[in-house]
Amino acid sequence: MSNSLDSYLVLSGLLFAIGTFGFLARRNAISMLMSIELMLNAVNLSVLAFGAFVAPLTTHAAVIALLVIAVAAAEATVGLAIVIAIYRNRKTPLVDEYDSMRE
Amino acid sequence: MPIGDSIPLVGVRWDDVLFVILAAILLGSALLVVTLRDIIRCGLALTVSFASLAGIYALLGDPLVAATEVLVYIGAISILILFAIMMTQTKNAPTRLVFQTQAWIAAVAAVVIAVVIAATVLTTTWPSGGQRLATSTADVARMLFSEYVLPFEVVSVLLTAAVVGAVYLARRDSSPGEEDRP
Repeated sequence: MSNSLDSYLVLSGLLFAIGTFGFLARRNAISMLMSIELMLNAVNLSVLAFGAFVAPLTTHAAVIALLVIAVAAAEATVGLAIVIAIYRNRKTPLVDEYDSMRE
Repeated sequence: MPIGDSIPLVGVRWDDVLFVILAAILLGSALLVVTLRDIIRCGLALTVSFASLAGIYALLGDPLVAATEVLVYIGAISILILFAIMMTQTKNAPTRLVFQTQAWIAAVAAVVIAVVIAATVLTTTWPSGGQRLATSTADVARMLFSEYVLPFEVVSVLLTAAVVGAVYLARRDSSPGEEDRP
C-alpha cells in the first residue's frame, strides 16, 4: 500500500475535500484559513507523491514543495493579519457578519 | 539491532503499517479541525495533522521537506494561528453556531470532490515505477540554487513583502476614536 502512487493521491484528495468542506462550512475566519492550510498541504502531498514515484521528477518535486511551503507561510501571515485588522474594526471573527460592504 | 523489512509472523510490511497509521491520524485530525466547536482545539488538531503529514513526507523519502514541514508549519504557522485565535476570541464564541446555515451543501460538495478525485486517480494509469525513490538533499540544494534560483529569490522577496504588509495591517491604529468603533 505504501508503495503505490494511488494511495498517496487518494489520501491527498481526501485531505483536500476535508479542507474544502471546512472552508465552505465554517463561520470563523480563522477556521477558514486553517482549512486553506489543509488544502495547501494536500496539494503539496500530491506533488511529493509524484516526485517519489516518477524518477525524472524526484528532485524537482522536493524543490517545488519547499517553494510552496514558503508561499503558504506568506499567505498565512497576510491572511491572519487581515483577520486581526477586520476583528479590530468589527469585533467579530465570524465571516457572515462581515456584511457592511453590502449596505 | 536491525529489524526486518516486514513484521515477523504477520508478514505485513512496516511501511504499510506506518502509512495506514499516519494516514488515519492525518484524516482524523483534519476532520477534527473542520468539525470541532472550540477553535483552540481546532488549532491543536491542525498541529497534529501537520506532524503526521511530516511523517508521511519522511515515509515518501523526503527528509528535507519533512524537516521543513515541522519547522515552518508546526513551529511557525501553528503558533501564528494560535496567536490569532487568542487575539480574536470572544467569550461567547464557542457557544454559538459553528457552521454556516448551508453547511450541508458544503458537505455534499466536499464528498463530490473526494469521489471525483478518487475515481480519477484510480482509473488513470500513472507513469509510476511502483517503488518509492528517496530524494537526495544534496541534489535538492544544488537544484534550488541553480535551476530554481529565480523562483527562490522571488519567494524571498515575497516573504519580505508579506511580513512588512502583515505588520502594517495588524498595527494598532493610534488615531483616536478608531478603536472604539462597534
